Parts: sequence; C-alpha cells; structure tokens
Amino acid sequence: MKITGAQALMQCIEEQNVKVIFGFPGGAVIDIYEALMKNDKLTHVLVRHEQAAIHAADAYARVIGDVGVALVTSGPGATNTVTGIASAYADSIPIVVFTGNVPTALIGNDAFQEVDIVGITRPCTKHNYLVKNPDELVATIREAFHIARSGRPGPVLVDLPKDVVNAMVTFPEFKPVRMRTYRPTYEPHPGQIDKACRAMLKAKKPVLYVGGGVIAAKAHEELTALARKLHIPVTMTLMGLGGFPGTDPLSMGMLGMHGTYFANMAVAKSDLLIAVGARFDDRVTGRVDAFAPNAKIIHVDIDPTSIGKNVAVDIPIVADCQHALTAMNAWFDRHEEFSEQAAAEQHEAWLDEIRAWKNKHPLGYIEETDIIKPQFVVQKLHELTGGDAIISTEVGQNQMWAAQFYHFNKPRHFLTSGGLGVMGYGFPAAIGAQMAAPGHTVIDIAGDGSLQMNIQELATARQYKLPVKIALLNNSFLGMVRQWQELFYDKHYSHTDIHVAPDFVLLAQAYGAVGLRATKPSEVEPVIREALATDNTVLMDFVISREEGVYPMVPAGKATTEMLLV
Amino acid sequence: MKHTISVLLQNKPGVLSRVTGLFSGRGFNIESLCVAQTLDPEVSCLTLVTDGEDKIIEQITKQLHKLIDVIKVTDMGELDYVEREMVIIRVKAEAETRAEILRVVDIFRGKVVDVSPKSYAVELTGSSTKLQAVIDILRPIGIQEIVRTGKIAMARAKKV
Repeated sequence: MKITGAQALMQCIEEQNVKVIFGFPGGAVIDIYEALMKNDKLTHVLVRHEQAAIHAADAYARVIGDVGVALVTSGPGATNTVTGIASAYADSIPIVVFTGNVPTALIGNDAFQEVDIVGITRPCTKHNYLVKNPDELVATIREAFHIARSGRPGPVLVDLPKDVVNAMVTFPEFKPVRMRTYRPTYEPHPGQIDKACRAMLKAKKPVLYVGGGVIAAKAHEELTALARKLHIPVTMTLMGLGGFPGTDPLSMGMLGMHGTYFANMAVAKSDLLIAVGARFDDRVTGRVDAFAPNAKIIHVDIDPTSIGKNVAVDIPIVADCQHALTAMNAWFDRHEEFSEQAAAEQHEAWLDEIRAWKNKHPLGYIEETDIIKPQFVVQKLHELTGGDAIISTEVGQNQMWAAQFYHFNKPRHFLTSGGLGVMGYGFPAAIGAQMAAPGHTVIDIAGDGSLQMNIQELATARQYKLPVKIALLNNSFLGMVRQWQELFYDKHYSHTDIHVAPDFVLLAQAYGAVGLRATKPSEVEPVIREALATDNTVLMDFVISREEGVYPMVPAGKATTEMLLV
Repeated sequence: MKHTISVLLQNKPGVLSRVTGLFSGRGFNIESLCVAQTLDPEVSCLTLVTDGEDKIIEQITKQLHKLIDVIKVTDMGELDYVEREMVIIRVKAEAETRAEILRVVDIFRGKVVDVSPKSYAVELTGSSTKLQAVIDILRPIGIQEIVRTGKIAMARAKKV
C-alpha cells in the first residue's frame, strides 16, 4: 500500500518513539501539517519563532535522553533554525530537524521562500540531506535518526521539497540502519584500558575531568562508581554538571574560566588527569601550556577528532564513555593489586590538600541585606526545590551563577547552551523540558538581556499550559560583557546598559502568565514559594545588585591558576 | 610538511563541498585537489595535497574520516606510492625556438597537443618536481599559459 510522503514522515517519527515535535508551519510544509492534524499519536507544540522550536527540541532530547524533533517551513523558517542547530552541534545533542522546501523543479530558481538550507547548515550539522527522490524518503529519515543518536550525537537536518512530501511512497518494514561509511567505535581497546588503569593505580594526585559525554552516554553511575571506588576527586565542565553528584564530598564543582578555585588548583597540581567525555575547550583550559602541566593525561572520547586536538594526550581511548568506564571498573574489580582501602590511603593527602584549597577560597559571594545577590537567588532556588528541579539557563552571568550555585546531583537536570553560548536558549529549553517531564519543576534561570531574545515564547508556554518558571536575575545590564568591560576595558560600558526594558511583571500578565517581583532579599523566598505553588507560567523578576560579577574568573588567555577571586 | 591524502567518498551530490567546507572552516590548507569516480560508480576518489605540521595533518585525517560520506582516508606519506600530475603549457614558439621546445618536450617525454603560428601547447605528466623542472626550462623561452591538474596518487602493490 502506498501512502503520501507526509504520512510516511509521520510514521517514521512515530517508529522512533518520538512523542512530541516542536514546529511552526508555512507554505512549504502545509501538507505535512495536514498529515499531522490527522495523526493522533504525535503532539505538536506550536512555538512563536523557529529558533525556539530547535532549542525546545534540544532540551527535550536532553531530558528524555533520546532524539528531539523539530519541523519548520522553507526559507526564513529554515534560516531561523540555524542558531539552534549550531548550538545542538556544539553541545552534541541529538535532534532531527525537518525543513520544507520548494518543489524539486523550482530548486535553484531563487523561488519564493527558497534557500539552500543544506548548504547553509553543512558546517553546523552532524549530517544533512536534501531528499529529491520520494523512494529514498523513508530510508533517509531512518538514517537521519540513526546518525543523530549514535556515536557522538548531534543534529541532523532533512530538507523535504513539497513534491516529495506529496508523492506516493511505500513504507518498508523497519530494520536497524547499517551504513557502509559510518560506524562509531563504542568498545575501548583493552590494551588502552589496561594502560589507563595502571596509571590510575600509581597516581598520587589524580583528577577526573568530566564532560557532557558522560551524560550523553548515560554513564553517570559508572563514573560515580569509579570515582568513589578509587577516591578520585571529580571536576565537571559546564556540560558535565550532573554527571557526578554535585554535593558528593569528592565533587569539586566546575573547572575553568568560572570554575572553583579548588578545582582549578587541583587540575594544575594533578599528576594524572582522567578526561572523560570532555574536549579541552578553551574555557576549560585557559592558557593551554599551563593546563595540568605535571599531569599524565588519559582521554576517553567517542570522537577521535576530540583527542589530541587542543592538548597532547598520553593515553587516548576512543570509546563510548559508558563502555570505557565499565571496562575500567571491571579492571579494578579483577586485579588484586587494587584495593579500595589502599586507594583511600594513597589519596588521603591529596584530598586533604584539595580540602585546604576549598577552605581557603570556597565558592562564595559577599552577602548584603538590602540588595538581592543573584547567587542568593540561585541558592534559594536550590533549597526550595530540594535540588531536584530541571534548570535551564540563558547565557552569561545567569548561566555561570546557576552552574556554580545550583549543585546538580543528577544528569539531565541542567540544560544550557554550553558550546555556542546562545542567549535566548533557556526559556524555549524550559518549554521543551516541561513537555518531556510534565510533572517536574522546570526553572529557567535567566538574565534580562537573554530572556528578551525569546520572550515571545510566553505565548507558547501559555498555550500548552506549561507551569514553567522563569527566575529572572534582572540587573538591567548585559552583565557578562559589562563585567569584562569593568575588568579589562576601564569600565567603558559600551552599549551594555539595557535599563530601557519592559516591566516584566506586566509583560508576564499581558501574556496571561503570572508576574512576581522581589527587590529585597527578604522577598526572595516568598516569591519563589509562591511561584512554585502556582500552576501557571510564572516570571519572577528579581531585581539584583546591578554590578555583581561572576567569580572566580580566569581572564581569557591566562593560566587557570591566575584566578580573580571574590 | 606537504602531505598527499587520498580519500574515498560516496559519489553523492554535495560531498565535495563537505570536504572543501571542512578545510576552509577549520583553516586547513588545500594546495591541490583532484576528484573523479573509481571503479565502483558509487565511490569517488579524491586526492589532495595539503601542508601542515603532524598535529594538523592528524586533525585533517580525523576530521575527514568523521564526515559521514567518507569511506576511507589514507595519508600517502605513510606508504610507498606513485604520484602523477599533468600539465598543459602554452609556450611562445617562433622560428628560432621551435626546435629547442621540441627537444625539451622530447627529453621529458611530453608531446605537443596544439600548434599555432606563434605557439605550441605541450602536455606533460610526471611528478610535481619533474613538471616544475620543465616549467623552469621553458620559462626563458616564454610561457603564455599553464594549466595543472593537481596530483593523483596510488599506493604501490605489495611486492610479494
């Protein structure tokens, strides 16, 4: 039996266990929306800007641990997705984006709402397709999902000309996708595991440096087991937060530019750095030649290009993080020369040294009684949600304060545009997260600059009755740029003052959401309590100390030990 | 250091731009590039010459391999291989230089492929160094135009 391309698309999405898609209709995808209306298995969330559809699908993917899907029209619909796709690519998030396009006969004709989206997104997708032959539609979509979720995950775009969507196609039975040219390496080389474990056995000052790969590979349990078994302190990248319990005594929190003093010191003084699913990003390493200068480096990553790219590695292990960590745990269980007792004793002095750094410069801020400190808001959010909320962030100071002060204990609870740093990510991400976890508390920790980049999504949140909470840390500045201007540009606040802004409480109300405001520290807790008790979209406007900075801070290009402290 | 890299890829639209986009996007260098179908019509072979330190070359091969449509990447420098490049040179040919040009072309086992009252177009194949040698010798006579193909390479078969 033959069905239309649009119906085949619906069935392909269903067979991938996708329940929710985020999108925005247009001329080139009307036929797909027609099929969608007649489909009772898929929920479609109508966003108010295509960029939001991608961020929402990205967050949805992160929360459920599988692929997110977005659907947009040709031309501007497609170009509006580019920022979201580039963000998902930088953060290795599996999403499949379907874009409509003009009929194949018009492609290349500069037709109305035509762009070469496959050309535009080539450098920011894991792979992309233009389906010209209807007979290849189903196989292509299946391949797209396979590529998005396997190996190092990432975004895949499938461009669908209008006539392909309308053509009659057969729907062959589903078979696992096998590709001649794409076979990621999951299993670690046993010889490398042996080398790595022997290095760990000998190390006096080891540090586990954990990135988003641990979360992508669902390897947090294996990682936690390894760290606890060997008594190795753990530091996480922004993308790795939640990969190891943030309140565990072995956790040193985040490292890098705004990492903790003790995490950066520990890495600098370590004799063995075990990088798992992290990519030695410049925000992590600072000046590369001064990064972990005395350490032997083990690097586990599923993507061979990440290994040896920024930092020379002594023991490379190309593998899925879960497989590699399982193999390491098994190695220690198998070898009698290892005992947990001995490991504890061997690392006691090292853990003491780290505790001393922590006591010397704990993560903190100067408390004040008459003005709200943003860190205090994040701490209160942590306290009043029991540390269990799904937190999304915008980008800038809000993001760093969230990362520093909401101690994530579980993976897939912290959603942030880590690699690309997209202002405007957080609120649509919160919408995507709430769709993925309907009963869960979802909070977007936002800044006033970023929030206004996708503020229109208040309508989406309202339309689907999503009780998403926005905790707006409102300093009327583009705060992170202002902080750099303060520190490195003689306080030349060039175009970072954005005090001309809407009344956010009234704005929330205009959309039918609830707006609350706190201007004094004493009002913070009541506002959060009220927001959490409200079954509606709530915008909490916290008017914070205007010139608060994020500390510690490693100035760009400096060694990570050269931190500016509170 | 110069490296010759051979890449087998799926013969599909847009694949070449994935390769060239990778080079421009990551700031890698392409000195020459040659691509055509192989024995298998679904597979193309691309030979490129690039320049960079070992670390860069390692990234180039890894990044190429990461492209979904790439089947195989070989850094020919790690193997024993034969390489060829072709050039067509249009050289000014007047009564007093015609014989000299023909002698040079003959020595380098080239041939004349186009003749006009005032010029010869000569075709030569060989290694890049050989072609450069011909060009250097013909230059004083008056080269008007040069077209080169870029290098192609094939690993030598095992001797046993």
